[in-house]
Amino acid sequence: MGLFILRRLFQGFLVVLGVTLVVFVATRMVGDPAQVMLPLSATAEQRAAFEHKFGLDRPMAEQFVDFIGDLATFDFGESMWQRRPAMDVIAGRLPNTLKLIAAGLGLAIVLALPLGALAAIRPGGFADRITVFLGLFGLSLPQFWLGLLLIMVFAVTFKVLPTSGYGGWTHFILPAVTLALPAAARLMMLVRSSVIDELNQQYVRTARAKGLRFPQVLFGHALRNALVPFITLAGWEFISALAGYTVVVETVFAWPGLGLTAMQAIKFSDLFLLQAIVFTVAIGIVLVNIVLDVIYKLIDPRIKLA
Amino acid sequence: MDAISEMPLLEVERLQVEFDTRAGIVHGLRGVDLSIRRGETLALVGESGSGKSVTAQAVMGLIDVPGRIAGGDIRWKGQSLLKGDGPRRAKDIRGKEVALIFQDPMTSLNPLITIGAQIGEVLQRHLGMTKAQARIRVLELLEAVGIPAPPRRAAQYPHELSGGMRQRVMIAMAIACEPQLLIADEPTTALDVTIQAQVLELIAGLQETLKLSVILITHDLGVVAGLCQRVAVMYAGRIVETGLADDLFERPSHPYTQGLIRSTPRLDDRLERLVSIEGAPPSLLAPPRGCAFEPRCPIAEARCGTEPPLAIVHAGASAACWKPSQPAWRDVPASAEPAPVS
Amino acid sequence: MAVISPAVPTAAAKPRAGSFSALAAELWHDKAGLFGFAIIVLLIVLAFIAPLITPYDPALQSVAARLKPPVWMAKGSWEHLLGTDHLGRDVLSRVMAGARTSLIVGVSVVLLAGSFGVLVGLFAGFKGGRTDAVLMRLVDIQVAFPGLLMILLIVSVIGPSMTTMIVVLAITNWMIYARVVRGIVLSVRQTPYVEAAEVIGCKPARVIFKHILPNLTSPLLTLGILEFTNIVLAEAAMSFLGLGVQPPATSWGLDVANGKDYIFVAWWLITFPGLSISVTVLAINLFANWLRVTTDPQEREKRFARAKAAERRRAGRTAPTPVEA
Repeated sequence: MGLFILRRLFQGFLVVLGVTLVVFVATRMVGDPAQVMLPLSATAEQRAAFEHKFGLDRPMAEQFVDFIGDLATFDFGESMWQRRPAMDVIAGRLPNTLKLIAAGLGLAIVLALPLGALAAIRPGGFADRITVFLGLFGLSLPQFWLGLLLIMVFAVTFKVLPTSGYGGWTHFILPAVTLALPAAARLMMLVRSSVIDELNQQYVRTARAKGLRFPQVLFGHALRNALVPFITLAGWEFISALAGYTVVVETVFAWPGLGLTAMQAIKFSDLFLLQAIVFTVAIGIVLVNIVLDVIYKLIDPRIKLA
Repeated sequence: MDAISEMPLLEVERLQVEFDTRAGIVHGLRGVDLSIRRGETLALVGESGSGKSVTAQAVMGLIDVPGRIAGGDIRWKGQSLLKGDGPRRAKDIRGKEVALIFQDPMTSLNPLITIGAQIGEVLQRHLGMTKAQARIRVLELLEAVGIPAPPRRAAQYPHELSGGMRQRVMIAMAIACEPQLLIADEPTTALDVTIQAQVLELIAGLQETLKLSVILITHDLGVVAGLCQRVAVMYAGRIVETGLADDLFERPSHPYTQGLIRSTPRLDDRLERLVSIEGAPPSLLAPPRGCAFEPRCPIAEARCGTEPPLAIVHAGASAACWKPSQPAWRDVPASAEPAPVS
Repeated sequence: MAVISPAVPTAAAKPRAGSFSALAAELWHDKAGLFGFAIIVLLIVLAFIAPLITPYDPALQSVAARLKPPVWMAKGSWEHLLGTDHLGRDVLSRVMAGARTSLIVGVSVVLLAGSFGVLVGLFAGFKGGRTDAVLMRLVDIQVAFPGLLMILLIVSVIGPSMTTMIVVLAITNWMIYARVVRGIVLSVRQTPYVEAAEVIGCKPARVIFKHILPNLTSPLLTLGILEFTNIVLAEAAMSFLGLGVQPPATSWGLDVANGKDYIFVAWWLITFPGLSISVTVLAINLFANWLRVTTDPQEREKRFARAKAAERRRAGRTAPTPVEA
């Protein structure tokens, strides 16, 4: 177990290194930070001063070593826009994003499991066809549009929920639903197809031959085993939400999380803050992946760690 | 008491099972008649696709889409399992009074649940035991099927056990509620040869100690001889011959049975080459009107174009053939001649 | 399962799956798939001839005709069927022109990412050993990248444009093809006929073309179509965020972004472009769903059996059937 986690940490280190490399190449070699971050009216002297201040006038190799050194000490520099360390900005915003993801993904799971299992009981039956259609429909909704529609209906027309912002629990509803529906559709379709698969497995026939009642066969055997792929996808949903898909929802609902902050960083040309967000998320993804592997092990005894 | 023990435990009557496929309806079972009494051991033999397993599945209520029971009846102790409230009662009978052992112990156990819990489930379901009670009984059962160190094994997952061990677990699960009938669907096919004998011995031993009725489904005639009193031979979704095991091997009546016995390799065989029955079983999409074996039968004649009924040939033996007990091949001879009345 | 699907003799009259008319007939019977197919055809046609048939230039502004509602509303007029936006641009024309953007971006990205991913997958699957391990580790690493955030960062540095978007989306979406192709190559290589071909000394290139590519066509087609929907959604999201297609070009995502400040007064501005995205993706999903089932003989068989079972249930139970509740 210890060895396994070490190995995965090393792999995670490679991921972060890869991200570093791409970010470095994109920002320093392809793009020009001075041009992005300084106003168009900046004079040549201002540019030179800027480049000197951040060491952009030194050789690339030297810059890269410095860049890595800063990251290793969790020094992401100062947010130009907020005029305080980028890490402080992130520390203030990250919890909001995590809360939103937890609410959204929780809702998605609560919707997906029973609906998917219901559809799988009789493939091709009435309930199945309805849920599959709803699922495909859910997959087809662009998140930003769904969010705006919900705002239009519940906030503008019926005025029952706040349009946007962060506050009491009512503020959670629309963003969480927006984040949840497409994920719920994907998860539901997966639950459906894996439960159908499991119900056709030989061990389910054993369970039925034992005289077990259908709920026990469905929940105790088929659905239980379908949880393995389900956890994989749910984990992936969590990761992809973290990896940027909350940007859209947070922008639509002005939710003060990491995604909105990233958009603001872009708007204010705050490259250092944006870099810091990317790294934080990369590290978050690595950690979530390790946690997921441990969960697999708990569910499936056949998986050997290390 | 006698009246009850005389009554068949399980009766299958004109059972028909059909499968919907894109190519048409496959007639899997075309009117199977079968019965087994208390304590009796019956072998169901036939080649793959003849309907042996489908018959077992129908009894256990395991036929589902694309298959369905299209006609006939299954009776347990005289009461239908298909008609009226039969399906409801059947749920309490299956797993308790009738139990099934599958062919492949590798896939027949849930990989994510400990074997102890999987056996315990049956006890909780049918005998109303609590988890704790079931746990104790599971250890006894594992002991009874010859699994060493039951407490350790009970906590293990299927992938940690060998094939033979897993089949023993399946057997433990099947006998958990002390059933009256055990259906074993090719229980040794997936196992190593050395393990096969052990598993069969275990089943034979349990049959005796628990006074079980056993239906053994197999395509291996060698297995049948030692283990079963009676044999039913299936061909193309029908039973073509039944009889007492010793008798049937001595003097097979139906040409198909003759061919089957003839093509079973024997150690003392004088023939060098393996023989087989020419041709292939008929398509069950459009089964022949008459005797299904007619196209392959060397002694077929005009009347074989109409279906022969399963009729008594001699005491204790029936065959569905217009020309029963006639040698269909030249090298079948000795056995096919009517045996002297003993 | 093996036991309950008895051997079906091949001699029986089976509709040939390969023949075009048989496929068309089958599509005709699957209403959802047919709907999907019809919308896809409509979109492709629209994308090609949009400039010829749009009632107005999609970028044409008109101060006089600002925020006009669709024709069926009280103040609507036949001049602008779906109304106009805050700059007086015709919504219908913009929606039609948007189809072109979605299609161009979707097709380009799928082709770019697809060909690169397929090449990597073929290479990894064929070389095996160390090459395979290294390539797949690279795939693993890139999959674990914070996708959309990286895209935002790169685009904000390089500057948004349609070309940037296509390149960036291709760079971040090739991995799935590599994984799928590698998996298929590995499993096909283990089949007896390919092993035999290799043993008798067929050249690798020949083995790839004769034996492996045919096995790739159907899964890649389905994957490509499903990825296309992902790209359409991604393009819309990026354009919505202002990091994709830039004005004066049009895009459904961009139009929703433009309309979002007017949802209190002009619901049609976000409704129609958003609906276009949804219907497009839904249509493709329905068609892909049909295609997946139809190209897989086992799935076809299952679908047939389910339909038949449903038919029998509706017809009432003539024969006693023990059905698990």
